[in-house]
Amino acid sequence: MTTTTVESGFSTGSGSRRAERGRFIAQPLAVVVIVGAVLAWALTRDNDAIEAESLNVSTLLSGTWQHLLITLAVAAIVVVVAVPLGMMLTRTWARRAAPVFLTIANIGQAAPALGMIVLFFLWTNWEGFWCAVLPIAFYSLLPVLRNTIVGINGVDPALTDAGRGIGMSGPGVLWRIEMPLAVPLILAGLRTSLVLAVGTATLAFFVNGGGLGELIDTGYKLNRVPVLITGAVLAVGLALLIDWVGAVLEEVFGPRGLK
Amino acid sequence: MNLFAYVADRWSRLSLQAWLHVSEVVQATILAAVIGVLIGVAVYRSPIGSALATALASTILTIPSFALIGLLIPIVGLGVAPSVIPLVVYALLPIVRNTIVGLSGVDPAVTDAAKGIGMNRFGVLTRVELRLAWPAVLAGMRVATQMLMGIAVIAAYAKGPGLGSEVFSGLTRAGSANATNQALTGTIGVVILALILDGIYVLIARFTIPRGVRV
Repeated sequence: MTTTTVESGFSTGSGSRRAERGRFIAQPLAVVVIVGAVLAWALTRDNDAIEAESLNVSTLLSGTWQHLLITLAVAAIVVVVAVPLGMMLTRTWARRAAPVFLTIANIGQAAPALGMIVLFFLWTNWEGFWCAVLPIAFYSLLPVLRNTIVGINGVDPALTDAGRGIGMSGPGVLWRIEMPLAVPLILAGLRTSLVLAVGTATLAFFVNGGGLGELIDTGYKLNRVPVLITGAVLAVGLALLIDWVGAVLEEVFGPRGLK
Repeated sequence: MNLFAYVADRWSRLSLQAWLHVSEVVQATILAAVIGVLIGVAVYRSPIGSALATALASTILTIPSFALIGLLIPIVGLGVAPSVIPLVVYALLPIVRNTIVGLSGVDPAVTDAAKGIGMNRFGVLTRVELRLAWPAVLAGMRVATQMLMGIAVIAAYAKGPGLGSEVFSGLTRAGSANATNQALTGTIGVVILALILDGIYVLIARFTIPRGVRV
């Protein structure tokens, strides 16, 4: 059997090697076919003036680009904050603080993403790109933070002892033994974070952050179903591609010996 | 008006919204559990079937909830349908995945023993395998419920029931007296309800998982 453990935390991975191999090929193919078909339909059909405002190449491209930028900014913040924080929380001097941070992050994830974006907007009075990126980054932080901590703590103590035994320093053990062994889990967490980020980025338009959610909203508010469908299908396609990129990262950066 | 005064003042409406939120999420989780366990039972003996089911379910979970809700509006209209359908669909992955893991993790010696004392296949499934897989299924339901609490907020965009409408009116009335109170009530309300539900899951696990099976 390829599946391994009971999942008790949130993850968008299937947890099965065989299922992942299927998705690795089928997912980008499905995206190309579906997005291609919908775009061909949306751009060639007889659009009225209101539909033509949204359904043109430049609007669609800029929406997709904004969406991608939000996702990448969130991913960058998550990696820069969560991985070092997770590493720090596994050091002996900070180990006691780990449950506190995990609880905060857990509650953060139980909090609805939309509520956090709206509250951030109401409190800071900012709007636009960063007003969307910061709450989404906070919301997407947990999977990487948790997996960094679990990954490092899960390293066989015999290995770290052996490292110390041959004269490695604390940082040496961390960088040359613990981190490489924790990388697969950290990457799995990053993939989940990416999926959360690309999904919640559809809500960025509520605070003028742009993205593909805007097309969905325009189509709904102005009762133009083709605009709604195009926006939604582009968002779905982008999400599936980002998830696929996460899978590629896992493949490329996962240490070969651990597979 | 501070937050507590606001909540006390609007208690009758807020408590109804909170109740609707929880009831929507719990009903969607139960429905997804029934479907998910049936799918798990159907595929767990076949490695290819299991891979296909988990791959499909995890692909579905990748879809942004706002996009799925948007796509459903032209098809099923506004209200309960475009909220409950995504909730059920999103709850499937954790439940299907854990059901398959739970069922395939049952020791073959145990099922052989059950066959040996004359149980038929249905008996082995319902009286041995599913009972041993129950902790895994329950863990899946727990993850699903936590996730759905947040998605149900977004479903208020399609006029679904629950606390999401507080968040949305807080957004649209930004600048007015109670805007922040509304958004806060909606957000914190969902967190509190999610924590309560999580506690209930711990209790359910305590009362329904036999001592010998507990990890």
